[in-house]
Amino acid sequence: MTAMAPEQQAISRQQVEDFLYAEAALLDAWQLDDWLLLFDENAKYEVPCNDAPDGDPSRDLLLIDDNYVRLTARVERLNSRRAHREYPHSRTNHQVFNVRVLDVSAGDIAVTASFTVWRFRAGRSSCYVGRYRYRLRCSDGGFRVALKRAELDMTDLRSVADVAIIL
Amino acid sequence: MSTGIDTWRPQEAEVPPQLPIVVDDPVTQRFRVHRSAMTSPAVHSAEIERIFAKSWLYVGHESEIPQPGDFVRRPVGGRPVFMVRGVKTGNVNVFHNTCTHRGALVCRQDSGNSKVFQCFYHAWTFDSEGQLKGVPDRDAYAGGVNFDELGLKRVARVESYRGFVFASFDPGIEDLPSYLAGAKDYIDLVVDGCGGSVEMVRGTNQYSFAANWKLLVENSFDGYHAESTHDTYFKYLVSIGTDLRGGVSGREVDLGNGHAVIEYSSPWGRPVAKWEPLFGDDARAEIDRLRADLVTRHGAERAHAMTEVNRNLLIYPNLIINDIMAVTVRTLYPPAPDAVDVTAWALAPTNEPAPLRHRRLDSFLTFLGPGGFATPDDLEALESCQQGFASGGVEWNDISRGMGRVPMANDEEQMRAFWRRWQHQMATAADLAGAQ
Repeated sequence: MTAMAPEQQAISRQQVEDFLYAEAALLDAWQLDDWLLLFDENAKYEVPCNDAPDGDPSRDLLLIDDNYVRLTARVERLNSRRAHREYPHSRTNHQVFNVRVLDVSAGDIAVTASFTVWRFRAGRSSCYVGRYRYRLRCSDGGFRVALKRAELDMTDLRSVADVAIIL
Repeated sequence: MSTGIDTWRPQEAEVPPQLPIVVDDPVTQRFRVHRSAMTSPAVHSAEIERIFAKSWLYVGHESEIPQPGDFVRRPVGGRPVFMVRGVKTGNVNVFHNTCTHRGALVCRQDSGNSKVFQCFYHAWTFDSEGQLKGVPDRDAYAGGVNFDELGLKRVARVESYRGFVFASFDPGIEDLPSYLAGAKDYIDLVVDGCGGSVEMVRGTNQYSFAANWKLLVENSFDGYHAESTHDTYFKYLVSIGTDLRGGVSGREVDLGNGHAVIEYSSPWGRPVAKWEPLFGDDARAEIDRLRADLVTRHGAERAHAMTEVNRNLLIYPNLIINDIMAVTVRTLYPPAPDAVDVTAWALAPTNEPAPLRHRRLDSFLTFLGPGGFATPDDLEALESCQQGFASGGVEWNDISRGMGRVPMANDEEQMRAFWRRWQHQMATAADLAGAQ
């Protein structure tokens, strides 16, 4: 996070983009402990199933539905040598674009963006494509993530096998 | 999505070898599987012909198509089919998804509701019972159009058990209840444990990876690997207050016809109906009520099996029903010797109270599925095995664990039940590939 000071009335897209790019850089550097610091302690991280991108975790099956406790466990798992699918880690490249700041009126800032996440490991490449939905919260002169949701455009996961990395 | 079909063709140049792929030796208590079972294209082709074309294969669940005209389409045994509830009869119809005219798919959406299925290519139109209803410009056919003969082609056999719809491409196959043999009772335990009526939750796991499908059959009911492979999952459970000290004790049962199950005491909570701290105090009364209801309806012993005991069930050849911290229904299909397409759903009681449904899904996705804390590591293990096979030097897998004793839940008798049936069905084709 940079030392930006967003005010409720004056959130620029550039401020949001800077935040999202910084987040992507932390993921690509596998600095997951620092990445977790971007999240509010009531935050959610969701990845719906490919055939139900509007999935509601209370009713529908999602691929990932982490509250802060499970997200912390996910980070610990990925930092350990026991997450076999990600030890050694993939190289990833999180690309964020088409950023739109939708709503700044209701406290949290609603943001959507397109993403392409490339993953390379053991000679194999895979690519995740979809749309991020964020709710960002202004906090201490910066943003905190209240919700990060990655809705996949691929019709299934056959080309990527799993979602063991963080999107 | 892979729907590729490999057609079995006799391999003329091959010398018939003497080696059986599966060596079951009760004298030395050794059970070995030749690794060509996982790598040989000839074995793979023979499997498509001798196993996937000759077995009952799971298509879907009746709850997916409750209303007349509701349909789902998906590959079954690698072939595109669709399942539709007939508007006239209310029957579950399973059709080959191909126009009887020139072949195009007639059902081109994954799910929906429709009274008619029109091929977009030349606009031939069929109803939900498969009857041909419309052919544009039919006067052009001098001999007339035989509407009865040109209806959608039904898959040779379709039967269901407790809402699970199976189809077979083999018209001569035994009836489904006989085929299911001892597995019926375990399907009953799952469904009755859910209060007698179940449904598939919206949201499907569709993933593929680079390993032979039989490795996932083994893995899906392999108690031996859980502690070593899934350490991070168990650590997470302990960190949120789950008491795992009770451990896992149980047994393995050969259910006949290649079906088998492991059943064991549950170290984790079960939405039906083993409460644990993760579920929260609010859920306790509801779970106690569910359990009391099961005891009333099914007696203490059976209710105990439903609530306290996990089941990892294989319906031969490629359906897994794992009734563990949630219930997953999973099909496997091999588009190639070293590839498997997995499709998995969450099964749940119909009209489950919302908080319990939420906890069930929470339990499901923490362990299961492509984003869970366990499944990705299983994929890594199985791809790792497949890569190890390519190294050569070692020809055999050893599946002897627990031979010569009453098999425990972390032995391998359930896998041997699968492999014995596999060997029986593959017969000479399996011998053929052994020498490669």
